Amino acid sequence: MALVKREATIGQGEAKVGMKHQETRFPVVSVILGTLSLIGMMVSIWMIFLYAPTDAIQGEPQRIFYFHVPMAWLGMLGFVIVAIAGTGYLVKKDERWDWAARASAELGAFFITLALITGSIWGKTIWGTWWTWDARLTTTLILWFIYIGYLMLRSYMGRTPASARAGAVLAIIGIIDVPIIYESVNWWRTLHPPAQVGVQDALPPSVVITLMVSLTTFTLLYSFLMIQLYQLQRAQTLAQQLRASIE
Amino acid sequence: MSAPYLEIKGLKKTYSLKPILRGIDFVLVQDECMALLGANGAGKTTLLRILACLTKPGAGTVRIDGLDIVREAQHVRHLVGFVGHQPNLYDELTVLENLLFFGRMYSVKHAPERAVTLLQQVGLARRAGERVGTLSRGQIQRLALARALLHSPQLLLLDEPDAGLDDEGIELLEELLREHTRRGGTTLFTTHNFERAVKFSNRICMLGGGRVVYLQATSGLEPGGVRQAYQEVLR
Amino acid sequence: MTFPSQVLAILWKDIRCELRSKQTWISMGLFALLVLVIFNFAFDLRVDNKAAIAPGALWVAFVFASLLGLGRTIASEQEKGSMDRLMLCPVDRKAIYLAKLLGNMLFIGVVEVVALPIFAVLFNVPLFTGELLPIVLLGTLGIATIGTLFSAIAAATQARELLLPILVFPLIVPVVIGAVRATGTLMVPSINEPPWLGLMAAFDVIFLSVSMLMFEYVIEE
Repeated sequence: MALVKREATIGQGEAKVGMKHQETRFPVVSVILGTLSLIGMMVSIWMIFLYAPTDAIQGEPQRIFYFHVPMAWLGMLGFVIVAIAGTGYLVKKDERWDWAARASAELGAFFITLALITGSIWGKTIWGTWWTWDARLTTTLILWFIYIGYLMLRSYMGRTPASARAGAVLAIIGIIDVPIIYESVNWWRTLHPPAQVGVQDALPPSVVITLMVSLTTFTLLYSFLMIQLYQLQRAQTLAQQLRASIE
Repeated sequence: MSAPYLEIKGLKKTYSLKPILRGIDFVLVQDECMALLGANGAGKTTLLRILACLTKPGAGTVRIDGLDIVREAQHVRHLVGFVGHQPNLYDELTVLENLLFFGRMYSVKHAPERAVTLLQQVGLARRAGERVGTLSRGQIQRLALARALLHSPQLLLLDEPDAGLDDEGIELLEELLREHTRRGGTTLFTTHNFERAVKFSNRICMLGGGRVVYLQATSGLEPGGVRQAYQEVLR
Repeated sequence: MTFPSQVLAILWKDIRCELRSKQTWISMGLFALLVLVIFNFAFDLRVDNKAAIAPGALWVAFVFASLLGLGRTIASEQEKGSMDRLMLCPVDRKAIYLAKLLGNMLFIGVVEVVALPIFAVLFNVPLFTGELLPIVLLGTLGIATIGTLFSAIAAATQARELLLPILVFPLIVPVVIGAVRATGTLMVPSINEPPWLGLMAAFDVIFLSVSMLMFEYVIEE
């Protein structure tokens, strides 16, 4: 009897320690990033719709470009972060690296999905089809599959060290592979050159500025969301530990 | 007083968020034989698996012959012989082929001769050419013991080695353990049988709630007394 | 024991175990054959458009057949879900990876040995030139390097048959593109073709090294 009681108090003690970290700190960084993102968004939207010039050939739909490019960029960046965080976990064996990896994976998958959708819509307005197998779109699609594979794997394997290691390995292999995938699809497509999703000629400065602003804003938004998702991962892990210690 | 062969300090391990080992500390010197008792789920198997380098400790340090089991796992594996719940043998290979394969994995010198000697010791010499899948439970357990001893390990880790053995097999086990100890080897085995715990070991340890709750020299102890202590400690 | 002999010892053990259980090899060979016949009906290949479709059909058959076999070498190592009997041994984990990789390549090789002659007959394609061998080797190696690593990962999950293709297919895209195009170029030579063999070789070298290093993180507990 005495032994059983001891186990229960130990569990509660450990749980209390975990919760203490959460109580007092004011989320300064989050608030700053959140505010900057909000301001940036407002500025960006104004610039995208009012400041940037209308494209001579494509017309208004071209403005999707200012959303599509940052989203694709974030999708790529997100995966790079998953790979870096995964490597960090393999080396340091600290759970927090894994929280960052999972957070970035969820966020990156979201943005890459948006990139695919916006890319598809843009393609429809230019060429009349929802999809084309050009190098960039195809690589984005494959990256999407890798993201989904990562999320599925983590989901199936749960919150164990084995799961974190498996995810890290997948991310490292993936990030090395993506440039190779892009090149191989590129070579393949040069045999059947279609219209490229993207802009080939020199861009007027107002376009470049708008794009830069949009890019910066989305990156700020990404950082803000990253912190929130990281905290969420932390909370989920602590909740699981609490639940396990009570049972 | 011999130098410590196995040193465990503050060993902790969590599986699926449940803490199994909550801080184990003890030391074994050479030619000791320790019996590990405890209820199912107390952490005995987990402890043995960590010592056999099958899984890593969550926290704490373990040294075998001065080597850290995490940093020098490959060296430690040479020093350890393990018999677990699974036979850890290949069903499709024959008795002899199994031993020869593991002989190659452990870089055992003169493996064929050593294998034949061991098979004779465990009484499986006549079955050398039979597939493991066709053997009885007791025969498989004997072969598992032979596999564990193949590379002449210094530390034997046996998880319920008496399971599935008939009387003859138990005698054989006792003989193997005594010979191992005579040669200066260390043994750590788990059992649920108090008679055997007292008979084979020179120290008895009990795990409860992931901790060491009882640690005594065996001399002077009776199986009945041990059973009583067990029930008291695990209430 | 030296590293190469460790690899060979494990490989030889795997081969013996697999031969004695008699299950996998025959079914894989038959499967490859079946896929090719089905493709013949599905694509209604007349002799004139064969160059466009045949290489793709061939490599799709190889990829799907290899997925069948990829799970086997790791799964056969597991005894009630754990690889204890091999992990206990002080054998280099990289050697385990290479042994499993070679085992997988042998499995896929059996399928290829069955499928290629039949392919040549069915599609009236001259494939018995020496130039096909490097393509098949490099392509198979590419699929197997990624596949072996991820079959060890997927083996730990319940939905491994479903998860393995989802993880492996996107990653082997460069190999598949390269192999299909290289095979196609053999059948119908074209100019200005990118160096597919070089791409596949680079892929193989990179991912063989990376997978070999990553393997121990995946199988150690």
